[in-house]
Amino acid sequence: MRLLVVEDEIKTGDYLKQGLSEAGFQVSLARNGLDGHHLAMTELFDIIILDVMLPDVSGWRILQSIRQAKNDTPVMFLSARDSIDDRVKGLELGADDYLIKPFAFAEVLARVRTLIRRRGTQTVADILTIADLEMDIPKRKIQRAGKRILLSNKEFNLLELLLRREGEVLPRSLIASQVWDMNFDSDTNVIDVAIRRLRGKVDDDFEVKLIHTVRGMGYKLEAEFDEN
Amino acid sequence: MKINFRPMSITLRVVLFVAITVVFSLTLIGTLINNSIDHHFTQQDIGELRVINHSIEATLSQLHHTTAQLTTSLSKAVVGHHGVYFQVNSQTGELIYRNSTRDFSDLSISLPTTLGFNSQNIIKHHVGKSTYRVLVTDYRNKYAHYKITVAIDMSFHMQFLSQFKQSLWVIMVGLGLLVLLAAWFAVYQGLNPLRGLSKKMQDIQSDNFEIRLDEEKVPTELINMVRSFNLMLDRLQNEFLRLSNFSTDIAHELRTPLTNIITQSQVGLSRPRKLEEYQELLFSNLEELDRLTKMVSDMLWLAKTQNGLIKPEQQVLNSDAEIAALFEYFDALAEEANITLIKQGDNLAFYCDKLHFRQLLSNLLSNAMRYTAKGLSITVSINKTIDGQACISVINPGEKIPAEHIPYLFDRFYRPDKSRKRHSDGAGLGLAIVKALVETNAGKINVTSNDEKTCFNVFLSLATR
Repeated sequence: MRLLVVEDEIKTGDYLKQGLSEAGFQVSLARNGLDGHHLAMTELFDIIILDVMLPDVSGWRILQSIRQAKNDTPVMFLSARDSIDDRVKGLELGADDYLIKPFAFAEVLARVRTLIRRRGTQTVADILTIADLEMDIPKRKIQRAGKRILLSNKEFNLLELLLRREGEVLPRSLIASQVWDMNFDSDTNVIDVAIRRLRGKVDDDFEVKLIHTVRGMGYKLEAEFDEN
Repeated sequence: MKINFRPMSITLRVVLFVAITVVFSLTLIGTLINNSIDHHFTQQDIGELRVINHSIEATLSQLHHTTAQLTTSLSKAVVGHHGVYFQVNSQTGELIYRNSTRDFSDLSISLPTTLGFNSQNIIKHHVGKSTYRVLVTDYRNKYAHYKITVAIDMSFHMQFLSQFKQSLWVIMVGLGLLVLLAAWFAVYQGLNPLRGLSKKMQDIQSDNFEIRLDEEKVPTELINMVRSFNLMLDRLQNEFLRLSNFSTDIAHELRTPLTNIITQSQVGLSRPRKLEEYQELLFSNLEELDRLTKMVSDMLWLAKTQNGLIKPEQQVLNSDAEIAALFEYFDALAEEANITLIKQGDNLAFYCDKLHFRQLLSNLLSNAMRYTAKGLSITVSINKTIDGQACISVINPGEKIPAEHIPYLFDRFYRPDKSRKRHSDGAGLGLAIVKALVETNAGKINVTSNDEKTCFNVFLSLATR
């Protein structure tokens, strides 16, 4: 997966590149609008991440050129400007996502993966498995090592989300939004409590732990988790 | 294009208004006086002419044998009248007698005549510099038919009138100017208290905000203005104090996490450590930074609501569905804390932005949980108010909030118990955000608290279906 990041803020650019590279993407970083424009027009990327406010060519302009060239690579805007108007403008110009600074890195990663998933032809599996856990969505049945696990509705949805996005770090805000439809930053530790309870049912009695905390970022489901 | 002119100055307005009134009324008075004098003179002249006409008619009615006899009688007919002329012509126009050298024969022919005296036939006639009132009448008796012409010199009256008019004008213009001057002075004097007030207002600065204008020292007309101005100052002073306290609060709130980050980083870097320790340090920094970020974005959001930049999407929400969703969200947390969540009351439809409603109720619920003891229950009650609003109340059992804290509960960074500073619940912006959310959606919020329970009531407009 090739990613283009156009970001003039040096530290932000560096960390985006490092973080995304470590998440398994091949990242090209452009530090100004002109280079970014050139790269976007001449090379092929799977996703372009654009800062809106660049000193020379603005993110808006780059996006316009890309779309005019009939290039429909998904574009994600990063911006410190969070007025509704700016958001609408970005989406109208054909951006696929719009993220407000300051953002959590986990959020960027989760959204990049969402964009990629949206592009790929997706077959929604009915039966999800990881290690010795098996989840039958239509029958709403969960088994681990042959033992039946009973979950509440929301716990079921939570586990399904973790399973469908196996290996990805899911930030708390994304979990709240996807499972409970609460699309705001909450002060409460609802998600942590919910995860703890889910672990109690899914992980506690078993040797291999599936649900892992990624400190400072969120949670992920993985059969083999390297603590470091 | 519309051009905005400054409204006319008050002095100019008053003076202009007085001027118009003065000119109008003086002109009216002048015309009335002039007309009545003119009328008086006319009546006088008519009376004179009538007397003379009668005398002549009386003379003519006597029997005269010769023309000479008639002439003699006529010459004696009018005695003791000055400036009065008459002449008698025969029916054919021959002059029979006239009492002076002035000849009115042409008039006696041209003018319409009536039998006997008729004041309506009197005309004005100019000869040289003189003006006369002239009347021609017919007179018949058994023997003859005469035309009598009587005239009176009115030059003297005319002269008097024109002189009178002149002096009347001088007096009136003088009087008018005097009135205008008085009006101007009155306005100047009248505005004096305003100048005094303005001087006092200029002295008000942010460091002496407590200065107030003295209601006792202004004329009654200005009392209302002074009162409103003082009230405005009260409000501004309050806001100003709040704002400066707010800045202080921000500084304090920012300082603690910043100090933590700096200290622990410095300590961490002071000597080589194990990898886990570095990780721990980074994670701890991240926690503080997350808190800072959250606070900054919350404050930014609050500033935006105050400037009207947050535009809610008005939706019809269903209380049952929304509260069920929120209870589901809080379910795990409540079970963990051994708190029961209870919904009671009607299922109402009301207007609110869905995201805003969930956020505000979530904040209220987490606030309620913080103050609810284990084993007790939090109630969300939905009722229709008398004035047709939806009232959503979040009720938690617990200690009474002292009355003196109630007005400030929704202020940013306000914490009723200072000892519990920096609780896990962020920076103390939760309730300020709740209030902003409610008000952005044209709603109201209040708090009631007694010894058993505390109740946050949110009022939103009912949806009419």
